[in-house]
Amino acid sequence: MVQSLVAIPTKEDEHHLAECHRQNQTVDHSLYDPIGHRHAVPQHRYVGARSMAPLILTHYTLVSALGKGLGETYRALRNRRSGLRPCDFEDVGLTTYIGRVGGVEDVFIGGGTKSTELQQFDCRNNRLALLGLQQDGFTQAAIEARERYGAHRVAVILGSSTSGILETEHAYRHRDAATGALPSSYLAAHRYTHNMFSSAHFVRTYLGLRGPAMVISTACSSSAKAFATAARFIEAGFCDAAVVGGVDSLCLTILYGFASLGLMSSGPCRPCDEHRDGLTLGESAGFALLEKAEYAGQPEAVALLGYGESCDGYHMSHPHPDGTGAIGAMQGALLRSGLTSGDIDYIHLHGTATRANDTIEDTAVHSVFGPSTPCSSTKGWTGHTLGAAGVTGAVIAAMCLTRRFVPGTVNTTRIDPSLSSRVLLENREQPVRRVLSNSFGFGGNN
Amino acid sequence: MPVFVNGMVIWGLVLDGWAGSRSVLAAESPSCETATPEPSACLLPPNEQRRSSQSVRWALHVAQEALQQAGADAREVASVFASSDGETGVLDRLCTALAMPQRTISPTLFHHSVHNAASGYWGIATGSHQSSTALACYDSSFCAALLEAFAYAEIEERPVLLVAYDLPPPPPLYAARPLRGGFAAALLFTRAPSPHNLAQLDLELSNDLSGEPTNMDDARLETYRSGNQAARSLPLLAAIAKQQDTLVRLEYLEEQHVVVRFMPC
Repeated sequence: MVQSLVAIPTKEDEHHLAECHRQNQTVDHSLYDPIGHRHAVPQHRYVGARSMAPLILTHYTLVSALGKGLGETYRALRNRRSGLRPCDFEDVGLTTYIGRVGGVEDVFIGGGTKSTELQQFDCRNNRLALLGLQQDGFTQAAIEARERYGAHRVAVILGSSTSGILETEHAYRHRDAATGALPSSYLAAHRYTHNMFSSAHFVRTYLGLRGPAMVISTACSSSAKAFATAARFIEAGFCDAAVVGGVDSLCLTILYGFASLGLMSSGPCRPCDEHRDGLTLGESAGFALLEKAEYAGQPEAVALLGYGESCDGYHMSHPHPDGTGAIGAMQGALLRSGLTSGDIDYIHLHGTATRANDTIEDTAVHSVFGPSTPCSSTKGWTGHTLGAAGVTGAVIAAMCLTRRFVPGTVNTTRIDPSLSSRVLLENREQPVRRVLSNSFGFGGNN
Repeated sequence: MPVFVNGMVIWGLVLDGWAGSRSVLAAESPSCETATPEPSACLLPPNEQRRSSQSVRWALHVAQEALQQAGADAREVASVFASSDGETGVLDRLCTALAMPQRTISPTLFHHSVHNAASGYWGIATGSHQSSTALACYDSSFCAALLEAFAYAEIEERPVLLVAYDLPPPPPLYAARPLRGGFAAALLFTRAPSPHNLAQLDLELSNDLSGEPTNMDDARLETYRSGNQAARSLPLLAAIAKQQDTLVRLEYLEEQHVVVRFMPC
């Protein structure tokens, strides 16, 4: 899944937004006129796309190993301070690094008039979600949206890959010796903790929202695809606005699982490095309030101009060697945006630091953008936060637009000379008007 | 904007495939308690049939049959897979292994554990590069997928296959989520009028909960409907089987109804 975002404060971009509106209205009235023909980017054989009316991320926030909220995240990126540390999660005995969020253990879910209702959601994943909701005034913004549109008109579309599975991992250590039964306290809480819908259920309960909701779980593309679904729901009239994002927290399943696949580095990950040897796992929660373009007035607001989704149709845990699916997703995002490859100032790579991902993503990026569009991976800062990686990328990309900088790549010492895209090692201060963010997942889901 | 249903296949305890199910759903013949055979999922190569989970096989079986019925090419069709609980059989084995001191898990078990396992195998088996989404919304998973599929067909102007499935979890997890019986259903939606159209439908979300949600007249089917999110598709499937102009009201998250208007083609 690929998102294209644009900063909206400048006159030129306002003009572009208005132009996108007009183009989209034209398409609405001539359904069989393929809009893709207006652009230089060739339409992918399988992945057709039509343009969309831009939507605005009026508020957004992020909690990751870099810190809580946009300010701490920005300072860590600017100062090139990685959030990765030697693995100290529970009693995990793996030689690796992790991007753990400090203080999740101390978050209290409950309080207020809905305390009993909220407490049943208590688990690491929902504590991390709550920590996210509490940053940058996001909760207040969501409540104002609820009051503006009505609780039924605000959707909650989140992404997660493992939800609160940590609770089930713990419960399996305490099975009844005679019957094998799981503890009764776990059984009662299962719906609110491990079940895949849990994070969206918690967020809509906490925010008092009653609109459409779901959790998208397509592994590492989950919270990127949440933006596409939310955009469709707004256009289809199922809602007027959406809380979009994702939450994924550390658990034994992913740590031992990625170790079993041999995809985990023993040190902090080094995206695009010639000696990269695997990914580092992390955790994060990110949220964005997605609204129609008339609400573009917020100071940090950026516009979602397009998205592209595809599948590799190749292998469960290995990307297609030609990058076919990734190419289709990037072209889809450009076509929906009404942009050409030359309009993109920066590409936030999926960049997991596995040998296969970075090589194949480079092939795909080069084939769509050529050798000159700056790109980088921020996984060396945050680790790979799986189902929350999409929203993590979207929020970092949004900050590039509003704070006029481009992150390089940390932990990496020499860019792999076999890569042909323009991967940045050092941060840069420069105006950034349009960015594109990649997220690719298991099952070949892009 | 109307959307057409082109193909529809179901698999569950009393229903196997469309041919056997249509007369039961249309209330032309009563349901009877017979065990449904394991679906073949012959789309998968033999080694993947062996390694894949039961829920992946159920999902892929109905998906493949629905496309065949609709005469559609999987490479042109996007997909939405809806499951409330996902790969519970795999998760049981994974969590059992992680509770042992050595915590050894196989790579195959790990990559089969993801919620989008069926979606991933669908892409691999068909070679489709189209978008595929896997989602969860507890007992409203089918309804959430219906909204996603409807919006996708309408806005992206591309045929989309909806596959809803859930199987009862193995014993320790069953107590946490007692799904009554396995159920899988697949529906193909498209914007294009064609001889394959089974029904035309229009859909709206309603906050008015005064109307009764549509139930099944047959007691056994009603037990099914209320016991598995995927079987909450039954009133909609029955409306297609009956080929009558009708309204179906489905509960969505206890706070809204999805109201679907059917017109036979």
